[in-house]
Amino acid sequence: RDFNERCAQCSEVNWGLTDGGRFYCRSCHNVTERTTDAANSDFVCNSRIQTISKGLKKQEKTDGGCEWYVCEGFQLVLKKQAESLEALGVCPQMKDEVLCNFWRRYLQKTKQAYCNTSAGETVKALSVCDSSTDVDSEPETPSPLQLLSLSESEGDLQTDSSFASSISKVSESTSVCSGSVDGSLYFMKNRKEKLRMTMPMTLSFCYMALLWLREPMTLSDLLRFVVEGHIPYLNVFQHFPEKMKLYGLDLKIFCVESWPVYEEVYNKMLELAAFLDLPRFPDITDSCFLHPDMLCMKYLMEANLPDELHNWTCRVVKKIRIGEADFLTLVPGNKSTRNVKYDVLAAAVIVVVLKLLFLLDDHYEWLLSDFAEERNKNNKEGGLYFEFKKWYKVIKCSLDVKQKKLDEERAKYLWRCEKVLFYSDNKKSKVLKRRQMVVNLQNQFGKLSGSVLPAEKPNPSSFQLSWSEENTDGSCFHGHSLKGVLQEKRGLLTVKNPDYWLCTVKLCNEKTCGHLAHYREADFPQSYHFVIQLFSFLLRIQPSHIHEEVCVIEHKLFNKKLCKKRKYNTGLRK
Amino acid sequence: SSHEYKLNFKKSKEMCLSYIQDAMLQKQWKKAAEFLTFYVESLEKDFSTEHVSPSEMIWRIGTEILCHHSHSSMKEFNSFTEQMKSLGVKRYLKVCLEHTFHLLCNGLIDEAYQNLSLSESWRFGEQTIIQDKEMKLIKAYRGLLDYYNWSKQKNILLEHGQDGFEDLTVEQEMHSCFRKAAVNLKEIIEIPGVWDLFVKCYVDLLEFYGDHNEARQVLNEYAYNSKFPANPNAHVYLYQFLKRHGESKKSLVSALKILHDVVPSHELMIDFNIMLQKSKKRKRRRLGLEVIFAVLDYAGWKENVKAWSCLAKQVKQIVISEKYLDWIQQEWNSRKDWWPAFHFSCYLAKRNWQENESLSYEKALVAGILLGKGCRYFKYVSHQGCKAQVKRFRVLKKFVNKHNPVYLRISG
Repeated sequence: RDFNERCAQCSEVNWGLTDGGRFYCRSCHNVTERTTDAANSDFVCNSRIQTISKGLKKQEKTDGGCEWYVCEGFQLVLKKQAESLEALGVCPQMKDEVLCNFWRRYLQKTKQAYCNTSAGETVKALSVCDSSTDVDSEPETPSPLQLLSLSESEGDLQTDSSFASSISKVSESTSVCSGSVDGSLYFMKNRKEKLRMTMPMTLSFCYMALLWLREPMTLSDLLRFVVEGHIPYLNVFQHFPEKMKLYGLDLKIFCVESWPVYEEVYNKMLELAAFLDLPRFPDITDSCFLHPDMLCMKYLMEANLPDELHNWTCRVVKKIRIGEADFLTLVPGNKSTRNVKYDVLAAAVIVVVLKLLFLLDDHYEWLLSDFAEERNKNNKEGGLYFEFKKWYKVIKCSLDVKQKKLDEERAKYLWRCEKVLFYSDNKKSKVLKRRQMVVNLQNQFGKLSGSVLPAEKPNPSSFQLSWSEENTDGSCFHGHSLKGVLQEKRGLLTVKNPDYWLCTVKLCNEKTCGHLAHYREADFPQSYHFVIQLFSFLLRIQPSHIHEEVCVIEHKLFNKKLCKKRKYNTGLRK
Repeated sequence: SSHEYKLNFKKSKEMCLSYIQDAMLQKQWKKAAEFLTFYVESLEKDFSTEHVSPSEMIWRIGTEILCHHSHSSMKEFNSFTEQMKSLGVKRYLKVCLEHTFHLLCNGLIDEAYQNLSLSESWRFGEQTIIQDKEMKLIKAYRGLLDYYNWSKQKNILLEHGQDGFEDLTVEQEMHSCFRKAAVNLKEIIEIPGVWDLFVKCYVDLLEFYGDHNEARQVLNEYAYNSKFPANPNAHVYLYQFLKRHGESKKSLVSALKILHDVVPSHELMIDFNIMLQKSKKRKRRRLGLEVIFAVLDYAGWKENVKAWSCLAKQVKQIVISEKYLDWIQQEWNSRKDWWPAFHFSCYLAKRNWQENESLSYEKALVAGILLGKGCRYFKYVSHQGCKAQVKRFRVLKKFVNKHNPVYLRISG
């Protein structure tokens, strides 16, 4: 308020304060670097000046709660997520600048903030539940029961609702079916279909920010950290301040009852980037973590495969030109280029390289392995040759153990937190009683569980499997040589394996099938399935996604041969 | 198998449940308890569409674990069950009943009684009507416990009586137990069903107080009312009652005849055959033969000396009288294809002779009549018997040889 400088862009003196504590010009939305002394990034009811221009008074409700909007809730969520990412080692820029700006841009685009009220009809609260409002003005408003009964789906109702126009109405009759002012709005079909914020989308925001900064964290890493509890997602509302009461429809918005899905988060991110009119993202170059050369190195290490394979992955990457910045960098809204999932891409490249070297037809790889074994027995000098069989045994063992552990964790996953939420006041006592009973039962049977220590949260780690060359049991294959599967031909090192089988002869049409390729375990060799399964576990995605990417890479790699074949075929038909 | 990397609340609780079930099947109670602690939060989510709700699941699983877990006590079980009662009002009486059973199984009769009394007084609007069946059962079991108390008092009284003491309070107590028991027991056995224990106790009460008519009526109803499910025991109880009260042969026979039709291998069939053999009526003696042959169709009776001796006696008697040989023929007709291998194989001959001389004797007699003196069973056993110089075997041998033509007639 004391800030009287003229705005750099429009020369007006009309300042507002962002949540981040920075001054922004209300006329032209220019955000400055100047902050107030009370740069309090915590959400405090009173200090929120008209970032969301409503003209509403901040009324303290009788239950000690205050009025809050859904987007404020999401803002808090994003803040918490950014903080934990920072704790994991992400640079502070992400939280303070990148994510913040993305969010502000989003608010602007969805006309929830930083804009004039006249167009802001979308955010007027719906006084649906209050019987004292004029029913005539909104003849088709669905009843709160209808809204509440929309269970798993985000429930787009068919009815189109007109909104209460008078502000005074809104201030008297704040929705009783949600703690937030505009909670009920979220389930109304919005004519303008703007990207409505959801919990999974918070992760899309995070990933987008990470990508912008080219942080060394893939989407699969991010989602894994979420599931492991290092990044708030499930029950994040327990960090909301006391005054922000959640009930009714807020629960449908903020309570999560499923793990985030890779595809969903990824696709939403693309949508978001386009929606926000973001420019081309910073280039992914070969010194970036997300570049296939780097990621392949990481995954090779994690999969306990010989370092020498890296040469081959780099060769493949170079040959099909997926290491180029233009291919790898995200250009929002560009529908002509296929968007890159860096982790899946790197994994698929490794699979293709393994197929090149070992064929993986359930026959040849074991043959090669036997030769290597013979050689290793007789000649220990010059390092060990890589034996597929040994590697398979070691990995299968570890994988089975990890998979079993993961399955148990899934069964033991606790979804509820200490903070109890309820849909409405009349359900409160029932819910609390239930909670008490649950706690009692947990105590009673907990005592009978024997000396079971509570599962400790695993330390966040980028690597799920680690192998050390210091292990004397020979279970680390990093240093093993590929000489057994390679041969010299005209001075060049090539593979002994003369064959290659394509996962699919023809790619599907993504628009009709939804995917470029489909995967059925029974149709493919078991070695191939094993390798796919390994990366499927590491990335925590369905095997079919990796398989699909493998198909795409193969088609790029053998493009010429495939084209020739097609031409030849057409020739025959004629 | 491919693993899903997606997860939602429902799926995760389903998985948890399957871990619990696995642990229970392998009797790993600690592990089951551990996973149950993760499952219980499903109480906070309404699964009204599920076939079995989480609350019922938790009740049943929790009960099993507490029954078997080495560290659980009765106190813990009681407190758990009380919680379960408050969890689902639709299941309230069922939980009470199961609680009672558990107490009874652990010998806590008084606690069980209290529990039943408490449950009887439960009222909950519409639910009381809906859970009517459970209420009836609760009353019936309380009646049973009343009977048990009555029985205790009765025994005390008898003891005191022997010692020459008189005990008015005990007697009064006894009578009051009787009244309470009688009311509830009578009520439950009026509903079509299988109420063996209740019927027995009720009849016992009635007999003690001399109300034989009522007792007979109750037993008749239980045995003959077509609304009640077919129950061999009903006929057994009726027969035993009739026998106790020296009822006519006719009524005894008709009671046992039904039992023969329903359970030909019943142990009472031996008594039945003995009774029928003695009868002067030709029809009854015929029935007797049918009954004893039917009994020996069952593997459980193969080595029963008594059964074989009954058959042997009757067959011998028929052969000697040379009348009604066609009876034997009729009975043997359907059995001649399989009884020889079933009862009279060489292996059995040796075994029976080694293990049980009397058995082999009776069987040899029957075999000799039915299969003739050339029958291997008969030949082996009689030869062995004669070798061992056991008198009756020589007699047997002579008998069968003498009556061999009979065999020829029987075998057609």
